[in-house]
Amino acid sequence: MTTAVGTLPGTTAATLESADPKPIIEPRSEFDIDISGTVGKPFVDNPKMQSRNCNVFYDDKQAIFDVDLDIGKNEIIALIGPSGCGKSTYLRVFNRMNDTIPICRVTGEHTLDGQDIYAKDQDPVLLRARVGMVFQKPNPFPKSIYDNVAYGARLHGLASNRSELDDLVEASLIKAGLFSEVKDDLQKPGTGLSGGQQQRLCIARAIAVDPEVILMDEPTSALDPIATAVIEELMDDLKTNYTIAIVTHSMQQAARVSQRTAYFHLGKLVEVNDTNQVFTNPEHKLTENYITGRFG
Amino acid sequence: MNSTITSTQIIQASLRKRYAKERRFRFFGLLSILISFAFLIVLLFTIISKGLPAFQQTYIKLDVTIDETILGVTKDSEHNALYSASYNKVIKQTLTTMFPDASGRKQKRALKNLVSSSAAYDLRDAVVADPSLLGTTQSFWFLAKDDVDVFMKGKIDRSLPETERRIKDYQLSWIDALLAEDRLEKRFNTVLFTAGDSREPEQAGMKGAIMGSLYTMIITLLISFPIAVASAAYLEEFAPQNNRWVDIIEININNLAAVPSIVFGLLGLAVYINFFGVPRSTPLLGGLVLALMTLPTIIIASRAAIKAVPPSIKEAAVGLGASPVQTLFHHTLPLAMPGILTGTIIGMAQALGETAPLLMIGMVAFVAEVPQGFLDPATVMPVQVYLWSDSPERAFTERTSAAIMILLAFLVVMNLLAIMLRKKFERRW
Ligand SMILES: Nc1ncnc2c1ncn2[C@@H]1O[C@H](COP(=O)(O)OP(=O)(O)OP(=O)(O)O)[C@@H](O)[C@H]1O
Ligand SMILES: [Mg+2]
Repeated sequence: MTTAVGTLPGTTAATLESADPKPIIEPRSEFDIDISGTVGKPFVDNPKMQSRNCNVFYDDKQAIFDVDLDIGKNEIIALIGPSGCGKSTYLRVFNRMNDTIPICRVTGEHTLDGQDIYAKDQDPVLLRARVGMVFQKPNPFPKSIYDNVAYGARLHGLASNRSELDDLVEASLIKAGLFSEVKDDLQKPGTGLSGGQQQRLCIARAIAVDPEVILMDEPTSALDPIATAVIEELMDDLKTNYTIAIVTHSMQQAARVSQRTAYFHLGKLVEVNDTNQVFTNPEHKLTENYITGRFG
Repeated sequence: MNSTITSTQIIQASLRKRYAKERRFRFFGLLSILISFAFLIVLLFTIISKGLPAFQQTYIKLDVTIDETILGVTKDSEHNALYSASYNKVIKQTLTTMFPDASGRKQKRALKNLVSSSAAYDLRDAVVADPSLLGTTQSFWFLAKDDVDVFMKGKIDRSLPETERRIKDYQLSWIDALLAEDRLEKRFNTVLFTAGDSREPEQAGMKGAIMGSLYTMIITLLISFPIAVASAAYLEEFAPQNNRWVDIIEININNLAAVPSIVFGLLGLAVYINFFGVPRSTPLLGGLVLALMTLPTIIIASRAAIKAVPPSIKEAAVGLGASPVQTLFHHTLPLAMPGILTGTIIGMAQALGETAPLLMIGMVAFVAEVPQGFLDPATVMPVQVYLWSDSPERAFTERTSAAIMILLAFLVVMNLLAIMLRKKFERRW
């Protein structure tokens, strides 16, 4: 199965340059800064997921270089960085979505609650039930709203009868902040909703499987500011029950929703720190350049 | 740039040329559509104008005295005796009484040949069903012989000299006499739909071929659809990418679609008949051969349809923990279904109209019985067209066109079905 996610042609450097909206005065000097290891606090006391020595290859092209990172329990961690730096690739390591790309190879140790998620006996299906995902573009199934939310639960047999399933669907839609808007139209197609509603439907669909971790890859990039605000609020509610890793291009969003922020550059993890610190007092020169808008 | 002509002027000058080009292109486009349309109209017109009369058939009313002495049976005779009595003698007797002027062997035979040989069977069936008819005189409408039918449809010019006419003067006088008594009537030709093939045009029907086609298509569908969809799904979703073997298989499937259909007939002959011993001339065999031919069409259409399913939908399913097979059956195949079904129906329509490979496997035989199952000897509709077009009788000419019309009707229905299924399964995403 091929996926269209992140298939950007050309080198990362080229992508980087073309993605820059502003002219760079001395572009070379920005890139010449050496990235030797990660600065800041990549590790936490109570990790939900851990990643050590993570390297990801597409064929012989390396997309992620030696990344160590913890995702803490019930925290929201934001992954930021210029386009093509490998945020999506890295995020997809945590639910083994990269398995679906035949040319993609992942090395390193990755755990969920201390268990190796790449172990031979780890079932990726079970893993993806525990580590849910919300994609950049809302992608509801062309089915009814009800069936969209119920899909995962049916798949894993989480509800034993119709009324349990009804309750689960309702609870998930409530958690995703969508129920009041759609409660009378549960049988209408999910594809008929607005973009923001569709994305919340996708979140409800992910929540319905009762995952422990939710990975979000630029969940609001296709949405307007109001729909974005609704989802950001929702994420704040969700973090009491779930652990969330979110990839975002919006630094304001990272600042608003996350507790920690990780900055990636050319496939390397440059800096991880408390979000406050990253945006007020970045340790690394590259992070500073990025958040002050000098590139990316 | 430094000349006095501005670029606007240059563009304006070129615009006229561009528009002229556009007009010419549109004209040619329209012209080609008109030409192909004209061909279609001519084709349909010739077929329909030739075939339409075949949907009517002349019947002759005879007052038959069912004479027990001629038949040699009584009301109390056994079923078998009733069944095998010579009813054609009674028919002959009836005709001779009506037209005693017939003299000589030739005229007597011509007299008998006013009605179809099926008249005796109709009479037999009536008597067997109700033996009390014996000894009474009853009116029956019998099928007219093909020559009478052809004459009644105005295809024999009575102003021609007798030697150049298929219907002689004495026959004409009988027909005129029958007409005068309102004993000749054209009715809707139900025989065409209820009978199997026959050497006698007036008794020949398409039912055998229609049923043969039906049984054959069922086999073709049952075999080619699952295999083709499974192959397409495997090639699209599971086969390793950039693998040399997969590439070779792909190329060969595409080549298979271009293989002349008669080759599949040879293959069927060699593999199914000679190796597996599948009985000749049967719908089972025909279906197997046509399935081979239909496979590549469905595979190619299905692959295109599967490829067109948005990857985001598959990702969503995989992201929720659906296994690859679940993703395939829950999302990919349902979303690809309109395309798959369209391809399938196009393939089936091709198979329905196919003759060449069937000639190789003995489905071109004369089969009078309507096939009752997959293992009965059968022909199919296009082969029936071929067989009738090959028959010398004048009445088969119009029946050939009628058979083509019936075949075309089936094809149109199948295409409508394709459109309907497409509409039904089509969903936006
Ligand atoms: N399916 C793939 N096949 C080959 N290379 C890929 C594939 N997906 C991503 N890459 C490469 O991996 C690198 C990282 O891509 P990735 O999509 O992870 O970047 P990203 O940080 O998410 O970018 P963006 O912010 O634009 O989404 C890029 O150089 C990209 O070209
Ligand atoms: Mg990305």
